[in-house]
Amino acid sequence: MKILVTVKRVEDYESKIKVKPDNSWIVTEGVNYRANPFDEIAVEEALRLRDANMPSEVVVASIGSGAAQAEIRSALAMGADRGILVKHDGFVDSDGVARLLAKLGEKEKPDLVLMGKQAVDVDDNVTGQLLAEYLSWGQVTFASKKESLESPEEKAKKPGIQLAADKKSAQVVREVDGGVETLEVQLPAVVTVDLRLNVPRYASLPNIMKAKKKPIEELTPQALGVDVAPKVKVVRVESPPARKAGIKVPDVASLVKKLHEEAKVI
Amino acid sequence: MNERSFSEVRMAIEAPFTPEHDLFRRTLRDYVTRELAPHALEWDEAGIFPREVFTGMAAIGALGVNYPEEVGGSGGDFWHAVVLAEELVHSRNSGVNMGLLVQSQIATPILNEIGTEEQKREFLRPALAGEKIAALGISEPDAGSDVARIKTSARRVGDDYVVNGAKMWITNGTRADFITLAVRTGGPGHGGISLLVFPTDVKGFSVSKNLAKVGNLSSDTALLFFEDCKVPARYLLGEENEGFYQVMTNFQGERLIAAIGAVSGMQQLVDESIRYGNERSAFDKPLIKFQTWRHKFVEHLTGIEAARWLTYRACDLFNRREPAVKEISMAKLFATDLMQRVVYDCQQFHGGMGYVVETPVARAFRDVRLLTIGGGTSEIMKEIIAKLVPGF
Repeated sequence: MKILVTVKRVEDYESKIKVKPDNSWIVTEGVNYRANPFDEIAVEEALRLRDANMPSEVVVASIGSGAAQAEIRSALAMGADRGILVKHDGFVDSDGVARLLAKLGEKEKPDLVLMGKQAVDVDDNVTGQLLAEYLSWGQVTFASKKESLESPEEKAKKPGIQLAADKKSAQVVREVDGGVETLEVQLPAVVTVDLRLNVPRYASLPNIMKAKKKPIEELTPQALGVDVAPKVKVVRVESPPARKAGIKVPDVASLVKKLHEEAKVI
Repeated sequence: MNERSFSEVRMAIEAPFTPEHDLFRRTLRDYVTRELAPHALEWDEAGIFPREVFTGMAAIGALGVNYPEEVGGSGGDFWHAVVLAEELVHSRNSGVNMGLLVQSQIATPILNEIGTEEQKREFLRPALAGEKIAALGISEPDAGSDVARIKTSARRVGDDYVVNGAKMWITNGTRADFITLAVRTGGPGHGGISLLVFPTDVKGFSVSKNLAKVGNLSSDTALLFFEDCKVPARYLLGEENEGFYQVMTNFQGERLIAAIGAVSGMQQLVDESIRYGNERSAFDKPLIKFQTWRHKFVEHLTGIEAARWLTYRACDLFNRREPAVKEISMAKLFATDLMQRVVYDCQQFHGGMGYVVETPVARAFRDVRLLTIGGGTSEIMKEIIAKLVPGF
């Protein structure tokens, strides 16, 4: 089978993010970039599905400037087979991304598209859903699993997504309020993954060296026939309000009193 | 957190750091901060770190970093080892870093350089896989950087060498599976020194004690005794009585790694201090706005930048196998000496917070003293440099 998995280049969550003085965006100088952590989980799941269902292929796609090659290489170093970079320097909104990915879906005809449920930079959480709609495919969001991340299943690197024997459908466990539910989805489908699906592997240095030889195809929105002029306009970017200093209370009784009378939470 | 971006690190010296070095830096940063740093205090308190740290680091290719694939290495170059030494500072535990760097860069390079196929298969390969712990045995109670004075002897008896003597300050020494051992096989002076791969399961070998140190608490440092230890002659490394040159060459890698770690460690501590100084106020202004501190940190950043370039220059020569003893000695001298003052000021700046061991800068205060002592003291560096500069 063929799995298409997406990787977005995002600001490193360990970097200190500052808003530009004119509130138009964040200051990007001195910021580290990395693959969206949810996407790393999607790559890991794709690799496990591939290895459990050989022969299979994992194709990793990213949309962004030439710098996004690094995040594709990172997924190739984890074990993906080849990459596609849709090169575009400006801002692309989630709908533009979904329409570009839909074209890649038509071109590559994967059995499954795996994506992070959201990118940690803008936290939109809509691209996977839009993509399924544009392709008229089924979708499952927030893929997770019942077993914990310390379980033997996880240690054995078993995929959380269960393919049917005929590979025409898959069972996906997803997180819902207060528990999980299991859905069956017809393939091809779009599945977005949540935090507790797996622990992604580290790209080892020998695999980083091997990934040098793996091909990355470069495409453009024009070549794919997609107009990526954004429909969404970023009006203003602001930092969250600074946290106020805490207070110390002398005992539990006064804490409870304050929680009840001032915070009104109990 | 080191706030310098990878691209800035790359720009500092453009040529050597490729996208593959950056990816390896990412792997290491993630691995070290997630898998090692959370245990920093625990391992210091235990006085040791788990063996699994070796196998874990091996699995990401960090022990075999610059060794060829034929011996189980990762196929990287010396700049990948530079990245390793730079990123390890994020473990916040100098003892772990030393144990790992001895394993990867200090006790094993000689095996790769002059080891036989059998020696590589039996010792180097499992060391790079983290399965056998390696130590380097050169210093003795009466001989450190003056290697020509070592007394531990290896006498040829039939197909064996019989080893007698003692080794001191041996990192990884209490649990090493083998030691790259300097021994006297010939007459006095540097001409009578050989190298052996010494498996520690040999009868007559004993770990006398784990030395209690000022810093690097999670790293075991041992005094070792050898009493009529029989080692097969095929474990001789290179030619008999020609070990001195290899020992001296090996020192270069060790000193370079120390300088790289010092530069990266200083940068990390100054970055953290500046961040702390923005958050912490006194008399209604952030500490960092006090000119006395701003000037001090700017001076240190200037010194660190100078130390980085000097060290990278030495790395470049070393990587290209050009003569580099002078530059390496200068880099080690300059970087580790500067770090003494940087750590002092960062700790002072942190006030009471800098005096509790939970704070990394407090542990750095304990650990930093090793740097101008281990791998050749600053005074030894100066003597070496003086010999290489005409006019003295």
